[in-house]
Amino acid sequence: MPDQILFALEVTLNGLMAGVLYSLVALGFVLIFKASGIFNFAQGVMALFAALTLVGFQTGQVPFAHLVNVLFGTHVEHFGWTMPTLAAIAATMAVMVVMALLVERLVLKGLINQAPIILFMATIGLAYFLEGFGDIMWGADIKRLEVGLPQGLSETIDAATFAWFGYGFFIDRLDIVAALVAAALVVSLTLFSQYTRHGRALRAVADDHQAALSVGISLRAIWVLVWSIAGFVALVAGVMWGTKLGVQFSLSLIALKALPVLMLGGFTSIPGAIIGGLIVGVGEKLFEFAVGPLVGGATENWFAYMLALVFLLFRPQGLFGERIIERV
Amino acid sequence: MTGGGEARPAAEDRRIGPAILEMRNITLRFGGVTAIHDISFDVREGEIRAIIGPNGAGKSSMLNVISGFYRPQEGEVWFRGERRRRLRPYEVARQGIARTFQNIALFQGMSVLDNIMTGRLNLMGASILAQALWWGRAEREEVAHRGKVERIIDFLEIQHVRKTPVGRLPYGLKKRVELARALAAEPRILLLDEPMAGMNVEEKEDMCRFILDANDEFGTTIVLIEHDMGVVMDLSDRVVVMDYGRKIADGPPETVRTDRAVIDAYLGVAHG
Repeated sequence: MPDQILFALEVTLNGLMAGVLYSLVALGFVLIFKASGIFNFAQGVMALFAALTLVGFQTGQVPFAHLVNVLFGTHVEHFGWTMPTLAAIAATMAVMVVMALLVERLVLKGLINQAPIILFMATIGLAYFLEGFGDIMWGADIKRLEVGLPQGLSETIDAATFAWFGYGFFIDRLDIVAALVAAALVVSLTLFSQYTRHGRALRAVADDHQAALSVGISLRAIWVLVWSIAGFVALVAGVMWGTKLGVQFSLSLIALKALPVLMLGGFTSIPGAIIGGLIVGVGEKLFEFAVGPLVGGATENWFAYMLALVFLLFRPQGLFGERIIERV
Repeated sequence: MTGGGEARPAAEDRRIGPAILEMRNITLRFGGVTAIHDISFDVREGEIRAIIGPNGAGKSSMLNVISGFYRPQEGEVWFRGERRRRLRPYEVARQGIARTFQNIALFQGMSVLDNIMTGRLNLMGASILAQALWWGRAEREEVAHRGKVERIIDFLEIQHVRKTPVGRLPYGLKKRVELARALAAEPRILLLDEPMAGMNVEEKEDMCRFILDANDEFGTTIVLIEHDMGVVMDLSDRVVVMDYGRKIADGPPETVRTDRAVIDAYLGVAHG
């Protein structure tokens, strides 16, 4: 096989892997949007916050250390112990659940029956708050996140492809793990939403608030549940991205890449978030590979948005979005 | 003393028990408008109780008070011998009061089956963690509830649309699905807000039959609102008549039908 085609194949594979990471972020958006009609602008910051908290627990950082030191003239930084990874993940998840409770209690509760745009604005506020809060709590420096995920070149694939084609593919092992995790996440979320009573309650709330109340569903309980799940997805995305890029402020910006993914996949479809992510991932890698050299490169920065724009023109509800059923 | 049309057995033959719900001196205001003015009535276990009145009489408001969507400024609601504290709608539903809506509130994007299954949410016990960890039990529970729901689907003759998204159904069937969802909750009291509104004669007859059968077969206590007098008279054991937020009559259909105030309210009367 000619090298060009093999190289394109490798690029495609890498694109798929990158796409999975976009999908992980998009998934969090879809969950909240489906259940409450809120476009949660804070999803990316939640991922950053989750990753920061995880690193903080792991390394035994003292929360609000800087603030405490300034106020009391002390010099505390670390507790002097480290937490096992699993315990740190559990503790972080607990923090995300508390955050969900607080968001419901302090933000959503007061905004029941408000227009979606108002709720959207509230989540922008939440994003800025959480960004600053994360900084104060854990410090603004770039941190290494190490949870024992494999990283670097997968030698098995490299050797196998070299044996078959005489050309070794470079696939990052972390990307493979991310793909497996994303698949497990989607399967379990789908099972949950289709076959459990809380899943059904969640879909009911997404569909009609009044009807949901009349069959005895507590809207507030469901919102806490949804935000907790979104917090969990944010944690997963934060771990993957944090391991890849280090835990730093720019993690919150990956949320922007989730936007074109959502426009492609549809705002209300969990499989849509995955397919959309894959299309964006493969699309931007292949485009860079094929067209990039002709236009001076750096097409990855804008390709996804252009693709989303084209989709908006021809299929505004996205590939898997709900068609609006209307009887007249 | 009570009893409906010819086909209907007299109330004494059916199992009509003591009052399950009592509304005592209910007054509901929206700003300066008094929607309900000092109304009291009761609902007995197992009966079909109608609330009728011209448009704007406050019937739907009364139903919303019972189901917790509105909170009256004055008065007490007694349910099963206890004074009800202030409750949210979902808590009222959990106590066993199910309802349908005048403008149909169904989950449009979900199938008929799923819609009706939501009616049973409160009868399902497994916690969220148990459902995630102990799949077998959640599944057994689901199967048991499916059985009950299928029975209701048979009963209301909607087998042919079981898997159809509700949004695609015609109006009459939607009304039936909404009734099915309310029945699936095995309610102690079923509130029906204009179950026959907007239906043709045939659909109305079907709906009447379903309501009577639900009452007979499951012994469900039913409170229904209608402004079509004819339908109500055949269906109900006792009727409350409202006009401009006040109760103007209360009693079995044949008494109410001949009541002077009721005739005036419905036909209009010259004031002067």
